[in-house]
Amino acid sequence: MHVITDNLSLYRDGLVTTLRICLYSGLLALLLGTIMAACRVSPLTPLRAVGTSWVTVFRNSPLLVVLFFMAFGLPELGINGTYFVFGTIGLALYTSAFVCEAIRSGINAVPPGQAEAARSVGLGFGQTLSLIVLPQAVRSVIPPLGSVMIAMIKNSAIVGAFGVGGDLFSVGENLTSAQGEAALPVLIGVMLGYLIITIPAGLLLGIVERKVAIAR
Amino acid sequence: MTNSVLYEAPGPRAKRRARYTSIVVGVALLGIAAWAVAQLAAAGQFTMNKWGPLVDPSHEYFAALWNILGQGLVNTLQAAALSIALSLVIGTAMALTRITSAPWYRWAVVGVIELLRGIPVVIAIFFAARVLPELGIELPLLWYLVIGLTAYNSVIIAEIVRAGILSLPRGQSEAAYALGMRRSQVLLTVLLPQAFRTMLPALISQLVVVLKDTSLGYVISYPELVQEAEIAIQNLNNPIQIYFVVAVVFIAINYSLSRLAVFTERRLSRGRQGPSRPARPHRTPAATGNATGGGH
Amino acid sequence: MRSRKPRAVAAALAATLGLVLTACGSGSTNQLGSGGQDSFQAPVAENPSFEPGTTMAKLSKQGSITVGTKFDQPLFGLKGLDGTMQGFDIEIARIIAGQLGIPADKINWVKTPSKSREAYIEQDRVDMVVATYTINDKRAQRVSFAGPYYNAGQDLMVKKDNTEITGPESLRKTGAKVCSARGSTPSEEIKKYIDPANLVLFDVYSKCADALRTGQVDAVTTDNVILLGLVNESGGKFKLVGKPFTEEPYGVGITKGDTEFCQFIHQSLTKAAQNGTYQKAWEATAGKVSEENPKLPELNTCS
Repeated sequence: MHVITDNLSLYRDGLVTTLRICLYSGLLALLLGTIMAACRVSPLTPLRAVGTSWVTVFRNSPLLVVLFFMAFGLPELGINGTYFVFGTIGLALYTSAFVCEAIRSGINAVPPGQAEAARSVGLGFGQTLSLIVLPQAVRSVIPPLGSVMIAMIKNSAIVGAFGVGGDLFSVGENLTSAQGEAALPVLIGVMLGYLIITIPAGLLLGIVERKVAIAR
Repeated sequence: MTNSVLYEAPGPRAKRRARYTSIVVGVALLGIAAWAVAQLAAAGQFTMNKWGPLVDPSHEYFAALWNILGQGLVNTLQAAALSIALSLVIGTAMALTRITSAPWYRWAVVGVIELLRGIPVVIAIFFAARVLPELGIELPLLWYLVIGLTAYNSVIIAEIVRAGILSLPRGQSEAAYALGMRRSQVLLTVLLPQAFRTMLPALISQLVVVLKDTSLGYVISYPELVQEAEIAIQNLNNPIQIYFVVAVVFIAINYSLSRLAVFTERRLSRGRQGPSRPARPHRTPAATGNATGGGH
Repeated sequence: MRSRKPRAVAAALAATLGLVLTACGSGSTNQLGSGGQDSFQAPVAENPSFEPGTTMAKLSKQGSITVGTKFDQPLFGLKGLDGTMQGFDIEIARIIAGQLGIPADKINWVKTPSKSREAYIEQDRVDMVVATYTINDKRAQRVSFAGPYYNAGQDLMVKKDNTEITGPESLRKTGAKVCSARGSTPSEEIKKYIDPANLVLFDVYSKCADALRTGQVDAVTTDNVILLGLVNESGGKFKLVGKPFTEEPYGVGITKGDTEFCQFIHQSLTKAAQNGTYQKAWEATAGKVSEENPKLPELNTCS
């Protein structure tokens, strides 16, 4: 176990990098996912098509493949950036498809009467969605959205394979590979690092879930 | 709630406006696509040099390339099939014992489930391949991948099974007990078969997750589709083109599986009586459960 | 419904079998990019005899050997689309196998990326590793090395028109981003010269080459001979800086403490150097691109 205590600073930096990736990806994924969910329920056919293809593509491709296209496809388009940016965007795009589906199912869970009432007082699509339906959907969206975010934290382990480096899993891989440490203690350290994030997040989600639960 | 509830049936003016907006959006999208194509063309990504081996049957490497990709796909499917089958068995066992057993055991199972759910799959795979040999358990690469995938997916399936059983009407088990059945009989012959019916769509969706996650076999050099594609890329130097094909293959298979899940769900819910159908879709282990459960 | 299942299984089996068969059948096609095919073939000893109980006796008797190598290293170890192996490491392994009486087609190649080489030897997944494998003390604690059979050195690869990067010392002041492979020794070594934030790591060097081409990194670093393969494939877009700043003696990795096998490998290498097989192996592979004409380095003592 001395491997963990000896390299505590490496693990700490890894944890920080992982959290940074997750913070940026999470925010971007929420934004994109909400926009796409709005597209999917919108009256405009091209927008619906965009939303549907978005979800189909990003939900059915392995994250590894999405990340590849970010790291090696974007530069071909003449877009330059650091691999941290590419990786973060890739993770966000992939996650946004799941966010979109979570929000859409939340929108569908709002009783139709709400939207009908909104329309009958003269609100349009945008107003109905943003003032009446989405605020109510938020409550039923929080539990699945929380799961998506926790899944994203775990998925961030793959981002390291695309030149980002320094995240928790990369730290572990480097210790076992380049420095030849025994795998078991190193990996236990890495797992602890992820569990420190995911288990409290899960517990928190459980509490929030009970708080916002609506008896319908 | 259907989409149309969100907006009025459009009148003539709204229709006209929608048409104009659609055209604007469509043109904008086409513009972006055209720009991307132009950029890729300028970077030489549309030359026959890059695409030939993939699309031209008379190309000298056409057969070899598709052979290696086909072999990769076979390996991917094999790993996915084994993983989902094993996860199903272990997950069901976990769910059943969790429902029936003594409190200390239940807590142990919950602990294992929480632990495995909190760890990235890629690390589970890496762990299996690195740590098991250190403990003297040496297996073919395929099995390390399968073990890693099963460790994660069996707990997800355990949750799906548990939710499936708990969602059954109480009357089912009460009636079975009234007939004098034992607890194990009730579970195995009455509840589980019914639960499996409602779970089927969620299980199919989980298969999508497993299939995608086989690509993580890259950390242990298992020759699945993406790894084999990498070998082709080393030889042909056309990463964008080959990854494009890999993405299309994955999307095609997974999309078909998702459609199958939706189809099964419709079939099954039609078979049941209307009132018993839950009103809130997100509470059931539905086809969309994939979005919430294992967003991998 | 029921009768259709076996047929589907049979079809799947047939398809798989077909793939396997075609893969085997085309085993003699050339690997691309290497121009004319080498006529070189390592000699195979007929009925060699070994002391019973040694690794050599075991391998010779079973008539096949499992060798760990890189699958993605042009000039040293590259797997062709048709499954054929090419490169200097491959030829070295064939020379050794040949001395055991094992022909080239009885060698099972196993992919051993940098990060899994020691583990694969320890777990007996491979009988030996010939994979641009630098001999160093840390590794020698877990495995034994025969050789070295070649002396490489870490170098930098940059774009053809780059004049700023002249050596490792120039990296920090230009703030250059440098790419290397995860878990490799060059990636550790280069940390002496650059900020960790400027180090970009991928699983294979070909991704580094792509990153260099599109300008996401400024240099790629690893052993000069590996870079040479990438320079060759770039079609004149890249060049080597040409100032190796480390010594990387490549050895053959074997089970820790197998002194007899180590000595046998030394004999095989010495023999190959004497009868010219070593030089031919070089000319048929890395020598096509490299101007160097290496001699077999002085071998370490087996322990």
